[in-house]
Amino acid sequence: MSKEVVIKTDKLTKKFGDFIATNSISFEVYKGEIFGFLGANGAGKTTAMKMLCGLSRPSSGEAMIAGFDIYKQTEEIKKSIGYMSQKFSLYEDLTVKENIDFFGGIYGLRSEDLKAKRAELIKTLGLENEVNQLVSSLPLGWKQKLAFSVAVIHDPKIVFLDEPTGGVDPVTRRQFWDLIYDASSRGITIFVTTHYMDEAEYCNRISMMVDGEIKALDSPFNLKKQYGADTMDEVFYELARGATRKGD
Amino acid sequence: MRSLLFLLRKEFKQIFRNKALLPLIFVAPIMQLIILPLAADFEVKNINISVVDHDHSSFSQQLISKLTSSGYFRLMDYGSSFKKGLEQIEQDKADIILEIPNNFERNLIKEGEADLFVAANAINGVKAGLGSSYLSRIITNFNEDIRTKWVNKQGESGMSLIDVTTSNWFNPYLIYNKFMVPGILVALVTMVCSYMCSLNIVKEKEMGTIEQINVTPIKKYQFILGKLIPFWIIGMFVFSVGLFIVGRFVYGIVPVGNLLLLYGYLALYLVAVLGLGLLISTVSDTQQQAMSVAFFFIMIFMLMSGLFTSIDSMPTWAQVIAKSIPVTYFIEVVRMIVLKGSGFEDIQQHFLIMVGFAVLLNTLAILNYRKTS
Repeated sequence: MSKEVVIKTDKLTKKFGDFIATNSISFEVYKGEIFGFLGANGAGKTTAMKMLCGLSRPSSGEAMIAGFDIYKQTEEIKKSIGYMSQKFSLYEDLTVKENIDFFGGIYGLRSEDLKAKRAELIKTLGLENEVNQLVSSLPLGWKQKLAFSVAVIHDPKIVFLDEPTGGVDPVTRRQFWDLIYDASSRGITIFVTTHYMDEAEYCNRISMMVDGEIKALDSPFNLKKQYGADTMDEVFYELARGATRKGD
Repeated sequence: MRSLLFLLRKEFKQIFRNKALLPLIFVAPIMQLIILPLAADFEVKNINISVVDHDHSSFSQQLISKLTSSGYFRLMDYGSSFKKGLEQIEQDKADIILEIPNNFERNLIKEGEADLFVAANAINGVKAGLGSSYLSRIITNFNEDIRTKWVNKQGESGMSLIDVTTSNWFNPYLIYNKFMVPGILVALVTMVCSYMCSLNIVKEKEMGTIEQINVTPIKKYQFILGKLIPFWIIGMFVFSVGLFIVGRFVYGIVPVGNLLLLYGYLALYLVAVLGLGLLISTVSDTQQQAMSVAFFFIMIFMLMSGLFTSIDSMPTWAQVIAKSIPVTYFIEVVRMIVLKGSGFEDIQQHFLIMVGFAVLLNTLAILNYRKTS
């Protein structure tokens, strides 16, 4: 089975003055894969992710996202990706329905499609009774699940998740990962950063960033074997211990 | 285009759902417009006068009754000691002292001239200045009465008097409100639009929603238009309510000039002011910062735009500042169109300058606004 590459970076670098936040990272991510992007605080994960989403311009290096060039085709990239940040980013003063309609609308969904999508999404999340409630009144876990569903409403090729389950209880996290698996099975590539090592185990492949560089990249099984560890926790600790940068 | 419609729908929903800001946008300006012009009245009335009369003659009595019947003065004290009059000023009971010397009546009849002494408490400069000038006008008037009377009695030809008649155009009864209402309305619309618009954009930064917007295919200009258009409409609405409801029914102001011209200028002006709001939002990361920056500009706008004080009497450097803020021009234009009925030829230059402001402020704001960093 030939693997279709959806993200390909080549020596991607971002400098802020003298500080090199992301130092010449090169990797590939395949279609439908759940790709875990791990690293300690301040390792440069968010910077790298922002470059891939077109929010931040790289200082040097190349990258292709969904077949589009990161420098020249940012508008095309934006149509092909979804994004969910660690900061909750739906509108709290709009209702569940209004948020779905707004984001669906700006991604150019036709109104019939949008209606069908909305019904399906609300059913999956079990939000039938909350459709017309303001998003601010929902519990955090529900908000995060809603935010994820909205981020993939336009069936993007790739969805970027920046610490999507921060502060969420274990049960809801488990449900959140069900949504991720479901999206992955529909062929959506998942690019996720996390600090939870149990979540790292759910990924197909993992990259470990230390001090702006990718120090390891493989499946959780191979990484554990390589570092002679029983859990991902130990692998993470082994790698992150060598870091010289202080976390923020 | 379709994205813009979705953005506009979202904006209006959010604005009308914000229970804290909504009254500030719609109710506060109208209430302020009803109250402020009544207080911002520069006519000085109720000047407290203390008369020190050493003469106690019929002339001095006539003069005092002329003063008190003018309506501008309130006789606080009548005595014969200047020291006591001074005490009144020190205790802030009197604003001005009029001292009538001994032999005032006799000198006036015999010598044809007499001296009066006026001392004003100049801590409130406006009150002191206007008070003294009202007082001397009343005294001159009194003087003329006496002359005419005596000259006629003695059968001599009196000296010819130059009589100056003033007529006040465009605001014949010198009603201060007529002048202030349009100006205050401009200031209020400016505040609502620049303030609310910048706060609204910065709120998206603060909440992190702008990042979500930035990864969507929404274009920069669509997002900006989505923010500016609602406040442009709100500005138009608030101005109209202020002019046609408060102006008309509370102050009886009926615009003399062409409304189309007025609204044309308003439309252009709002673009300039919203550009400023946008510019403020691009340099601020939090609503607190945006508020502080906006406050700085609004203070300057209020005090230097010729709203309360005449620009012509400012020092040259201050005139330069006054001429470099857009509010100045709109206040002038509104006063010209509403009170004088000026036409397009009269405000042609104002139009050009405002186009300049609109282009400059919006260009700066758009250059400063980045979707990527």
